[in-house]
Amino acid sequence: MKAFDSSMIKTDNLTYEYIRRDEEGNVEGITTAVDGVSLDITPGEFIAILGHNGSGKSTLAKHINAILTPSEGTVWVDGKDTSDEANIWDIRQSAGMVFQNPDNQIIGQVVEEDVGFGPENLGVPTKEIWERVEESLKAVGMYAYRKASPNKLSGGQKQRISIAGVLAMHPKCIVLDEPTAMLDPNGRKDVIRAVRALNDVEKITIILITHYMEEIIHADRVFVMDEGHIAMEGTPRQIFSRVDTLKALRLDVPQVTELAYLLNKNGIPMPVGILTIDEFTEALCHTR
Amino acid sequence: MSHQIILDKVNYIYGAGTGRETHALKDISLVIDKGEFIGIIGHTGSGKSTLVQHLNGLMRATKGNIYYEGRDIYDRDYDMKSLRSEVGLVFQYPEHQLFEVDVLSDVCYGPKNLGLSKKEAELRAYDAIKSVGLSDEVILQSPFDLSGGQKRRVAIAGVLSMHPKVLILDEPTAGLDPMGRSEILGLIKKLQKESGITIILVSHSMEDVAEYVDRLVVMNEGSIVYDDTPKAVFSHYRELEEIGLAAPQITYVMQSVREAGIPVDTSASTVEEALTELLRVLKK
Amino acid sequence: MIRDITLGQYYQTDSVIHRLDPRVKLMGTVLFIIALFLYKNPIGYILGILFLALVIKLSKVPFKFMVRGMKSILFLLLMTVIFNLFLTPGTEILRLWRIKITIEGLVLAVTMAVRLSMLIIGSSIMTLTTTPNNLTDGMEKLFGFLKIFRVPVHEVAMMMSIALRFIPILLEETDKIMKAQLARGADFESGNIIKKARAMVPLLVPLFISAFRRANDLAMAMEARCYRGGDGRTKMKPLKYKKRDYIAYIILFAFLAASVCLGRITMDIPGILMSNIGKAV
Repeated sequence: MKAFDSSMIKTDNLTYEYIRRDEEGNVEGITTAVDGVSLDITPGEFIAILGHNGSGKSTLAKHINAILTPSEGTVWVDGKDTSDEANIWDIRQSAGMVFQNPDNQIIGQVVEEDVGFGPENLGVPTKEIWERVEESLKAVGMYAYRKASPNKLSGGQKQRISIAGVLAMHPKCIVLDEPTAMLDPNGRKDVIRAVRALNDVEKITIILITHYMEEIIHADRVFVMDEGHIAMEGTPRQIFSRVDTLKALRLDVPQVTELAYLLNKNGIPMPVGILTIDEFTEALCHTR
Repeated sequence: MSHQIILDKVNYIYGAGTGRETHALKDISLVIDKGEFIGIIGHTGSGKSTLVQHLNGLMRATKGNIYYEGRDIYDRDYDMKSLRSEVGLVFQYPEHQLFEVDVLSDVCYGPKNLGLSKKEAELRAYDAIKSVGLSDEVILQSPFDLSGGQKRRVAIAGVLSMHPKVLILDEPTAGLDPMGRSEILGLIKKLQKESGITIILVSHSMEDVAEYVDRLVVMNEGSIVYDDTPKAVFSHYRELEEIGLAAPQITYVMQSVREAGIPVDTSASTVEEALTELLRVLKK
Repeated sequence: MIRDITLGQYYQTDSVIHRLDPRVKLMGTVLFIIALFLYKNPIGYILGILFLALVIKLSKVPFKFMVRGMKSILFLLLMTVIFNLFLTPGTEILRLWRIKITIEGLVLAVTMAVRLSMLIIGSSIMTLTTTPNNLTDGMEKLFGFLKIFRVPVHEVAMMMSIALRFIPILLEETDKIMKAQLARGADFESGNIIKKARAMVPLLVPLFISAFRRANDLAMAMEARCYRGGDGRTKMKPLKYKKRDYIAYIILFAFLAASVCLGRITMDIPGILMSNIGKAV
């Protein structure tokens, strides 16, 4: 089977199992973290993957960067099979990855050196590394900090450096694995703003993994994971219109969505899946 | 009524004389009463974590006094160790401090440090493990095999087992998923209601605190900006934005509705309150 | 406080010394240390101090900042002084009960203190003015010839660079865990050595776990960014000698030559001192 030319990422029946062992190394059991996931992401899409902790969303993400390879099924990134050793470096270049902990993914002691780390590994000529570092730092709004030490930056700033570090490798796709989980609200906003800009301006495919519901409202498509399966799929509006299902999956909705939903339940004819405050107010005025 | 904790013009300055002097706390005066549920909010670097570490003597004020149950904690003969057992502090990501081979031993660490016998410590530990809603089967498991949410509960139990009269929690919901967050907050509320201990919740999420606390202290650049009920604080949502904070989304929803000409009271700070208010106005 | 440790830290500013090629600074440090051990008379030390003062001045790093970094090794310094002061045989000048101080001991103690301080300040200038990345780049290139003997020069350099980056993070973490355990009634101070060692378990176990978690995360992040060892890698900041580096080398060798000529003149300092004391008395 060959992936379509039009897909950035395609998975077919992706299954990942890991073996739990006890202290003596005996097999205690097998946990299936991802169970038969098939999805197809086209270039330029903004995808959000939701799910509570332990739902398998991070494991799925690590497959896109070939950090993990499937126990069963296949993953193609930009048409290349991740199980094939020969493809690994191409895949890692075309699908960059940003992780959760801002401290544990910055290698350089100076911001610009960290951003240059990826291009150095790719063997990019010196002059071009500098150009890439400059444009990447500008894209995330951190150019002014290029000479700073990462230890002196806030969590949100560190995450934007990490994004720049991936960006400098000129990827087609960036996977962000809960990039905002350890940040405060301001840091979160800045990171999401930077991510959206990359999607809008640079047309980079974005896969954002999160459990903050307000971060997904700008996504083109949302996948909700549970127990290694895809439990829901749709536009943010479609997802947010199913408040009860989300709550059953240990998730939540933004307050404005919940309020609209509750009004609807109480006999006020509000449309379902309200995403923004303006939308809410407008809909409410219509009911009068 | 006697006050439990009094802070009198507390200042904390670090890096003095290095040219990078930082005034982390500026003239903080605060009175905390028994059984209160207080939220302390501020963005990163506002001094909120520094402030709570003063309450159990882990950090020492450069200037100013702190009184706990009527005694100056900076008195020469003051027993700092007993203060630390009475004012329990749960740090951010507290699961990172777990170290024992099983949950029970880890939760026993605090009581043992208080000089309790093994049996007494285990009894307390068992109660604490139960009170954070963990089941019997985890008690003898390694804490490192538990899920993130469970680990955090173990860590909270580790402080509760010391029977503190004041429980401070620094960002107890950081990194948890939505359900995990509301479970932990619900648990804290239950503790406060049932055992009557004073709770101080440090957070940067307005939505989290709005629903639970009775009193909200807002910090910015080492000073207290507001100290009032959540509703009263949120009415200053424009000022909050100026210092990099925001009211819960619901405040903005109600404001927007009112601006659209629907005469609602905008003071609702939770979804339930907003619902009640909107239904009241709309069904008229 | 932990955040006060400045040894091995980079001080960000723009100076001639900062801009020098790391290889120059590495060689300079080595030459300076060699010179220090050549000195046999005060002229040498004065020369060394002058040279050091010049470099400090040029580096624009506040002297205060360097001295703060010395605090952490004050104990070592003190021990050296005490041992030399009390345990060197020779002409006795002071006696307190069974402890005697000799003129040789005094001279040796002062010499050692000066030498050690100069050594530490001298090498800290290198770390203060060179980013660890730059420094490891310098080492990698300077020792690059070892590759033919199958020494993994790049890998070692990378390991050092990462270790240096994580030192402040792990120190902060230690501080945090310590506080968390103190809040649970831990006592790290009282008791005998065994009790103290046992009290460290609640600190060390979480610290190791955290270090392993970080190492694991970092390895994954590096692989995700296509790191696969030194082969085929290019450099963002390749090392190239510039005019100022050649000038620095000339100055360095001039300093070394002067040190050899002036510093090695043998002088019997205790003897001179004794005779002077004798005259004064």
